[in-house]
Amino acid sequence: MSYTAIADQPEGESHDPDTFITKYIYSQDHKVIAIQYTITAIVVGLVALVLSGLMRLQLGFPDTFSFIDPTNYYQFITMHGMIMVIYLLTALLLGGFGNYLIPLMVGARDMVFPFLNMLSFWFYFVSVLVLMASFFVTGGPTGAGWTLYPPQAILEGTPGSGWGIILMLISLTIFIIAFTMGGLNYVTTVLQARARGMSLMRMPLTIWGIFVATILGLLAFPALLVSAIMMLLDKIVGTSFFMPAVVSMGEQLNYSGGSPILFQHLFWFFGHPEVYIVALPAFGMVSDVLAVHARKNIFGYRMMVWAIVAIGGLSFIVWAHHMYVSGMNPYFGFFFATTTLIIAVPTALKVYNWVLTLYRGNIHLRPPMLFAIGFIFTFTHGGLTGLFLGNVVVDLPLSDTYFVVAHFHMVMGVSPIMVLFAAIYHWFPLVSGKHLNDKLSRLHFWITFLGTYAIYLPMHYLGFLGVPRRYYAMGDTDFIPASAQTLNANITVAALIVGLAQLIFIYNVIRSLSKGEKSEPNPWQATSLEWQTPDFPPKHGNWGKTLPVVYRWAYDFSVPGAKYDFIPQNVAQEDVEPEDLEREGLDQDGGDGEISSEGVESMGDKT
Amino acid sequence: MKIVIVLILLVIATVVFHFVSPWYFTPIASNWSSIDDTIDLTFVITGAVFVLVNLFLAYCIYRYRHNIKTRAHYEPENKKLEIGLSVVTTIGVAAMLAPGLFIWSEFVNVPKEAHFVEAVGQQWQWSFRAPGKDEVLGKVDSRFINESNPFGIDPKDQAGQDDVLVFGNELHLPLDKPVKLLLRSKDVLHNFAVPQFRVKMDLVPGMVTHLWLTPTRTGSFEILCQELCGIAHFVMRGRVIVDSEEDYETWLTTQPTYAETQNKVVGDPALGQASYAVCAACHGAQGEGNIALNAPNLNGMSDWYLARQLDYYKKGVRGAHKDDPLGQQMKAMAATLVTDKAVSDVAAYIQTLPDIVPKATIEGDVERGHSYFVTCGTCHGAKGEGKFGVNAPRLAGQHDWYLKQQIMNFKSGVRGNHKDDLYGVQMVLMSRILPNEQAIDDVLAYINTFN
Repeated sequence: MSYTAIADQPEGESHDPDTFITKYIYSQDHKVIAIQYTITAIVVGLVALVLSGLMRLQLGFPDTFSFIDPTNYYQFITMHGMIMVIYLLTALLLGGFGNYLIPLMVGARDMVFPFLNMLSFWFYFVSVLVLMASFFVTGGPTGAGWTLYPPQAILEGTPGSGWGIILMLISLTIFIIAFTMGGLNYVTTVLQARARGMSLMRMPLTIWGIFVATILGLLAFPALLVSAIMMLLDKIVGTSFFMPAVVSMGEQLNYSGGSPILFQHLFWFFGHPEVYIVALPAFGMVSDVLAVHARKNIFGYRMMVWAIVAIGGLSFIVWAHHMYVSGMNPYFGFFFATTTLIIAVPTALKVYNWVLTLYRGNIHLRPPMLFAIGFIFTFTHGGLTGLFLGNVVVDLPLSDTYFVVAHFHMVMGVSPIMVLFAAIYHWFPLVSGKHLNDKLSRLHFWITFLGTYAIYLPMHYLGFLGVPRRYYAMGDTDFIPASAQTLNANITVAALIVGLAQLIFIYNVIRSLSKGEKSEPNPWQATSLEWQTPDFPPKHGNWGKTLPVVYRWAYDFSVPGAKYDFIPQNVAQEDVEPEDLEREGLDQDGGDGEISSEGVESMGDKT
Repeated sequence: MKIVIVLILLVIATVVFHFVSPWYFTPIASNWSSIDDTIDLTFVITGAVFVLVNLFLAYCIYRYRHNIKTRAHYEPENKKLEIGLSVVTTIGVAAMLAPGLFIWSEFVNVPKEAHFVEAVGQQWQWSFRAPGKDEVLGKVDSRFINESNPFGIDPKDQAGQDDVLVFGNELHLPLDKPVKLLLRSKDVLHNFAVPQFRVKMDLVPGMVTHLWLTPTRTGSFEILCQELCGIAHFVMRGRVIVDSEEDYETWLTTQPTYAETQNKVVGDPALGQASYAVCAACHGAQGEGNIALNAPNLNGMSDWYLARQLDYYKKGVRGAHKDDPLGQQMKAMAATLVTDKAVSDVAAYIQTLPDIVPKATIEGDVERGHSYFVTCGTCHGAKGEGKFGVNAPRLAGQHDWYLKQQIMNFKSGVRGNHKDDLYGVQMVLMSRILPNEQAIDDVLAYINTFN
């Protein structure tokens, strides 16, 4: 036998870390790396949150804050967008949750390449440092908008067109190297290191979401990498990949023959899958949170898996819907509008299945569940407004207005953040062994959920009105009523409240780490493997002496005939305790949950 | 249970907000009402889904809230239901997509009878070009762009000679005639968008893009650049005036052709010297200005800027505001230069005057002023030297008290708000970055360091 599955290999030397440095700094343990990723991402995310507060101050109360001039304003929006999309969401969902959950949920001791995993974090850390350094260089960070469209991004009329854009592109390059090292790890671990019995179709949807998102990332980020490198060359060496002959501020520049639209194609070839790199892990995690707290199997598991795969595949052929008015060949519009609206079908099915998971469930309205419900609401809203923008003619009036800003914040900002909080509230006891404070968690939910809706619902209507995005000040126009300014002020107030409310969350986390109520193992009575480790919280190596063996899918909740309303994945069929006879009289809700003649029957046997 | 009530309230609030919101599409002024219809249809379909999904969600949460006595229903799949939902969703999506694609094909296929006009974008201004009698636009190339040929028209191309050039941000279009707008950028990406027309398109340097529409009502509509084009993106405004056809033709004849702009009269400093005697009374023999008479420095100012301002004074674009008594004085004086030739003569003479460095009268925090000036310097030059390419005058060498007066005038709208002031409105918006008098003093203290 030349090949032995990793799950069957005898445990080698575990290289238990023994010093502070090997344990917490240069750690190769996926759990520590996950926490490093998470903390770094949250810290840099807070910077981006402050930047958004500053830009909202300008929009809500123009002429009030002397320190926000157009230069700063464009730098704020650019850095806010780039940090949130790449350095917070991508890093936190994949580097943070991916790292923590993949080995635990598939039943592995660690990532397949632990050293590479450590390098991945440190490259990410350096990319963040380079990005932050751009705040301190001459001219400041780039103000080209997070899409960094050339020629504007590297020409004089844009803030930070010197060192700012150079550092941004270098930082992105380093980030992509970091992502590739991490991503190869995640994919290989999912494919090669699953526990015995963990077939692909038994994996929790969290893993499916992260797995497919990582594949998307590995295929999409190279497009951003080449565009970053080519733009660096255009900027530093004077090549003309994206630069046509232009006259900038009255001066003939030495470029010719390059194509600005080429950059946009490359950028969105990355940029649209990027939306799903963020969304798919969120889809997966919210599915698991919903199932656990509704005590019910996820509805239509196979459909959910195929929807993730289909969305992932389709996400590579919809990119130019970001470019309907870019001046590309207008005939592209037919193709990309069609593919874009097709992608709405699997996405809608996922929403239905989430709601149908709650239907006939036994719903515990704990904080993670509240955030998950909040996600269904915000994602439905954001998904539906996507049908406006995806339909090419409807995009004509709405493109580049606040409707776009509101849409993508609902779908790509608020919705993933709702899931991130659901996930943090859900898995915090596993990571720390402590419970978060329930009252503070709920307060955090209510302010965040209602506050974000107060920000973004009315913002769509500014877009209908025709208010353009990326305007430092609107000034006087014929068609925008004065009430729009009042609305903007209200949006700003809501945004500041939501921003400040995140301090509740941070306080709750810090306080609970030391003073939180101790959590019993598997407090939510979940079925997936990460809750079934011999130590709680899991220790280095995760599984003690023997790796788990998987007997069923991850959603055996409320199986008729079983004593408890959950059967962990690593419980064999013969070990399932049958239901007490006294419980016979219980309402099985609907009555068709009758006990089969063989006793307990679940999807675990069928898959 | 709070969440159930909140979800229901949010659904109701969303629907109510939609119907009572005062913020909605501006009344349409083009033939693209079919786009509005598609949006209405999209609203009906997506609105129904939004209401149904969320109300069902609320129902589920209420009906199946945790109950110790019951268990959840075990049902991994329901093929029939899943297929049914897929089909219904697909039909809904197709119902929105089909009309959308149909209308898009109308947008893609420009009607043959459409006349065409070119819109040219540059940081942060619009200009326009219409074909002359030959109904052909001359060839252009960015190599040809210079001060006397800002459109970059090939001087050797005969077709370009009669092209009608519109310097400035205002385009006229005839009513009810389909027009194809050819879009061209000199420097970076821009976007031609008029909210009332519904359609928009990017301007991309290195290529010509287009859109088409038929204006359906007369009026004046704002052009907003809707593609981030640098620091002054938000001041890149323009205007489309939809006229009756006769008015349009009349307007067109008042605009110069390319050939006319090439044969423009050159100012004669010798002739200008004679006219300058009037100016010297206030501005001084060397054009050095006089604080007592509120007369700014003239020497060192570019001829194109002087000529434009004199022209503005003559036409009442500048100095006509009731709160601008000093401007009114100048308006009267400028009227003495009767012809365009006289204006360029004087401007030419002023070019011969020696540069005289004015005395600083304002004190401020130079450091803070520097940070404000980063924005100003984008157009006016890092040393305040001025840039013709963006129509920004020189600031260095000017009296600080005069600059302060003008910034105040821009801030209060006394200067720059006239509809024929091509670039003044940019300063009205930009001057807002200086929130108070202290900030103005700081930036002037920094500008004084150039002298």
